[in-house]
Amino acid sequence: MYIPHTKKDKEEMLKAIGASSFEDLVKQVPSKFLWPKLNLPGESLDESQAAALLSGLAGKNCRPLNFLGAGAYERYTPAAVKAITSRTEFLTAYTPYQPEASQGTLQAIYEFQSTVSALYGMDCANASMYDGASSFAEAVRAAVRVTGRKKIVYAAGVNPQYMDTLKTYFAHSPEYSYVKVPMKDGAMDKAALPALLEGAACLAVQTPNFLGLIEDMSGVAETAKKAGALLVAAADPVSLGILATPGEYGADFAVGEGQSLGLPLAYGGPYLGLFSCKKEHVRQMPGRICGLTKDKDGKRGFVLTLQAREQHIRRDKAASNICSNEALCALAATVYSALYGPEGLKELAEANSGAAAFAAERLAGIKGVSLKFKGPFFNEFVVSVPGSAAKLREKVLAARGVDIGLPLAPLYPELGETLLVCATETKTEADILKLEAAIKEAL
Amino acid sequence: MPKPEEVKYTKTHEWVHLGAEAAVGISDHAQHEMGDVVFVELPKVGQKLEKEKPCAVVESVKSAFDIYAPVSGEVTAVNEAVTGDPALLNQSPLDNGWLFKMKASNPAEGETMMDWAAYQEFIKQAAH
Amino acid sequence: MICSVTDNSLSIEKSDAGRRGLCCKNPLRAKANVPANLRRKSPLRLPELSEFDVVRHYTRLSRLNFSVDTHFYPLGSCTMKYNPRFNEEAAALEGFAALHPLAHDTCAQGTLELLHDLSARLTELCGLDAITLQPAAGAHSEFTGLLLAKAYFEAKGENRTEIVCPDSAHGTNPATASMMGFTTVNLASKPDGRLDVEELKKHIGPKTAVLMLTMPNTLGIFESNIEAIAKAVHDAGALFYMDGANLNALIGMVKPGDFGVDLMHLNFHKTFSTPHGGGGPGAGAIVCSKALAPFLPVPTVKKSGSGYVSDFGDGRSIGKVKAFFGNTGILVRAYAYMLAHSAAEFGDIARCAIINANYVRSLLMDIYPSYSKEYCMHECVLTPGADMTAKGLKTLDVAKGLLDRGFHAPTIYFPTIVHEAIMIEPTETESKETLDEFVAAMRDIHDAGIADPQKLKDAPHTMPVKRLDEVQAARQPNLHW
Repeated sequence: MYIPHTKKDKEEMLKAIGASSFEDLVKQVPSKFLWPKLNLPGESLDESQAAALLSGLAGKNCRPLNFLGAGAYERYTPAAVKAITSRTEFLTAYTPYQPEASQGTLQAIYEFQSTVSALYGMDCANASMYDGASSFAEAVRAAVRVTGRKKIVYAAGVNPQYMDTLKTYFAHSPEYSYVKVPMKDGAMDKAALPALLEGAACLAVQTPNFLGLIEDMSGVAETAKKAGALLVAAADPVSLGILATPGEYGADFAVGEGQSLGLPLAYGGPYLGLFSCKKEHVRQMPGRICGLTKDKDGKRGFVLTLQAREQHIRRDKAASNICSNEALCALAATVYSALYGPEGLKELAEANSGAAAFAAERLAGIKGVSLKFKGPFFNEFVVSVPGSAAKLREKVLAARGVDIGLPLAPLYPELGETLLVCATETKTEADILKLEAAIKEAL
Repeated sequence: MPKPEEVKYTKTHEWVHLGAEAAVGISDHAQHEMGDVVFVELPKVGQKLEKEKPCAVVESVKSAFDIYAPVSGEVTAVNEAVTGDPALLNQSPLDNGWLFKMKASNPAEGETMMDWAAYQEFIKQAAH
Repeated sequence: MICSVTDNSLSIEKSDAGRRGLCCKNPLRAKANVPANLRRKSPLRLPELSEFDVVRHYTRLSRLNFSVDTHFYPLGSCTMKYNPRFNEEAAALEGFAALHPLAHDTCAQGTLELLHDLSARLTELCGLDAITLQPAAGAHSEFTGLLLAKAYFEAKGENRTEIVCPDSAHGTNPATASMMGFTTVNLASKPDGRLDVEELKKHIGPKTAVLMLTMPNTLGIFESNIEAIAKAVHDAGALFYMDGANLNALIGMVKPGDFGVDLMHLNFHKTFSTPHGGGGPGAGAIVCSKALAPFLPVPTVKKSGSGYVSDFGDGRSIGKVKAFFGNTGILVRAYAYMLAHSAAEFGDIARCAIINANYVRSLLMDIYPSYSKEYCMHECVLTPGADMTAKGLKTLDVAKGLLDRGFHAPTIYFPTIVHEAIMIEPTETESKETLDEFVAAMRDIHDAGIADPQKLKDAPHTMPVKRLDEVQAARQPNLHW
């Protein structure tokens, strides 16, 4: 209970209102609906009781040594990130509708947009979306608006959850068609592009792709452009510490899952949708955008801008219905990026690449286990295993408390019994040797 | 360039200067009501317009306004200057702030529109 | 490092080449293996700062904000109530925070149990049967709700293309309808701010999929003819969607399911006290009747024997609206809040929210006329009086005057059907003393504004910046360093 009113307060307030009782105030509600019986606990918990209950629940989740990735990555969250995001001036503020009273949030958003633009090498970015999947879906929607075309060509390596979300976004329009670019050794078969892209709104690609492989994007934007299609690229932001940026390879829209930038896994959210684009598409960006301007004394200040595109003004003509975004997560990502800086992000990216390379090397040495693809990968890779991958995972989890990765058969049956194994900078050499030993033991 | 008395007006506050090519813009009254214009989205040259259907958008900081085609026809030219400098709509709505030109497919549609005097009366009525 | 009181530089402007904050020393870096042709060529333009630089920079920024913890924040329709610290501690528990979304169900029993119990409590509060916790926010919930409606009618072989909503609706309602390919039919409100049932009957029919109605509506008024509305909707074979943004007025006091709501959304960052974070993250839910349950997004949580499992439905689901499960970190906070309330204590939330709004209204309406002549629910819509408008004073000036007096402004110019609207929602967690101070500030703004209108038009005078040039910001967008 977080209500300050005493009995006396309530009486005095009702008197000031001129109501004889609370029931006077709610006469507009048909009385038959008032105060129904609620099948809820008759007693609430005090804080220490609630703390005990919640610790108990948290303790029922087990903490395996984790080699799961597949779109959500285990990261270390620096203490300074937690300290800044728990400042309640950030935590308990609302959307900056009164700019004079929200310069802290607004400048942080501006710095976030700058960080995303820098990472992705793009001209501009928005104030965030819900998550990588919704950013991806909104980018494809924007490409459809720009081109007026309804054919969506996507690489087989795009995160299947992103594709599911996209298809849900377009569920109302049966006239949209989806064409998959076939896979060649785990990556996009570029030779197939010219024929597939005819009449397409966009080519949607993810790199590193869902299977961990780094797509070779050289010439792809040009091929798309020749067909009049836009290029939508999804990329992990930490990978961009060392990998070629969407800006460099000519993407029109670049999106990503910002959870990678130091946010906790939290069983799926809150995460952070990163959304950026070329300058000419700035007005196609959904959601909020912060801009730098001056106050009437000429002093630097920040405001939400280009607002006339948004739902509260355009209503049924808005580019998107998004209202709340993920501002606090955006702040966390901004602080994270500032703490590591260009050199630190490069180190992080190298550590991911190195850890995964080492893990792949060790696992490929196990009898019966082999690397599925030959191409270069970032922080995850696919291995073929003898027998059922799902059963192997359960067995190792139960026996050794190691989650060895995601069985891919439900998503990519054509790959056979395989696992998607991820190693981020949180994994040490000893962790990886433990993974190797646990799998060896179980086979 | 037309004087305010030389053009016809719609109830949605567009003006149109009829001729071989009809020029279209927004009235001085409209720009005043909108406040500072920050963005203009124009139709494309060659686009077919239908009378009274939205064909362009003008935005101020906190509002967006649809611009309706005063007559049916095909767009023959657009004023790129206003997309680069939307303030032109505020500064000279009838002159440098014109929006687009079109070839009217049925010039008779223009006859139902208001002249300057009728438009003044219309604004006065709408204010009440 | 710059740290003077006049500092308004960007982090990048404080950057010094070669300065380091955090680093990553994992020796496995040496095994990094990325071919040169796939590497980044352009420099990464991020600030180079020490950890202390970063901490001081963002601590300074935080102090430029008004927030619920530092200021009364009566933003109408946003329900800026106290965000209990305990919620934050609960969400940060390692067992919840470190759980991977693709973790095996056997590893996620605690979270699944929490979600299962949260679901049960929420459906009971709403008087409905089933729920999804997947949407990331309110608008995202609306989208999910309309997808459900679409799937429901498709399964029945009906093609319904229209969404009906009143002109007082949140902008997200028509925006969502259009995103879904529906046509929006707008209904003009009656002079008392309510939906006109006769108008509704005229506009509802075999093409209508859904009536979207905010309850109480954005004027802070309850639709007293709710039974007639629900009947008209159901007679037409359509669904009744309740926008739950204003549920704080009703929680524990009525069950929306009782008056015929088929589906509704919840905003956890409103009614259930999770923080707004400067504009998110939020979390949403769609609560619905049995008839709609088969179409809910997957996965949902199901009890199975002594444990809990993710349930992927029977194939009729609309699919996913978001990767993974939902904003679980926010849901843990909401659950912590649920634990702190018994059935009766939920009713106190609604009761005190309504008393607070009426208290403010009654003490201000002599100089700030109330749009509605009746008592309000959890929020009231006022306007500047004739004496202020005669001096050229507008709602915006009142808002800025409040900032100078240490109060965040109410929601202004919304709902759009009220000219110069000032929409005040105090919430139940504010004390009588705070409301008295707010009332005094509003009265002072009135008196000071009448005495010296120009000074109020120039407000704020005491904030980090004065009124900002939004025209330049929009004409020549400067969106990054």
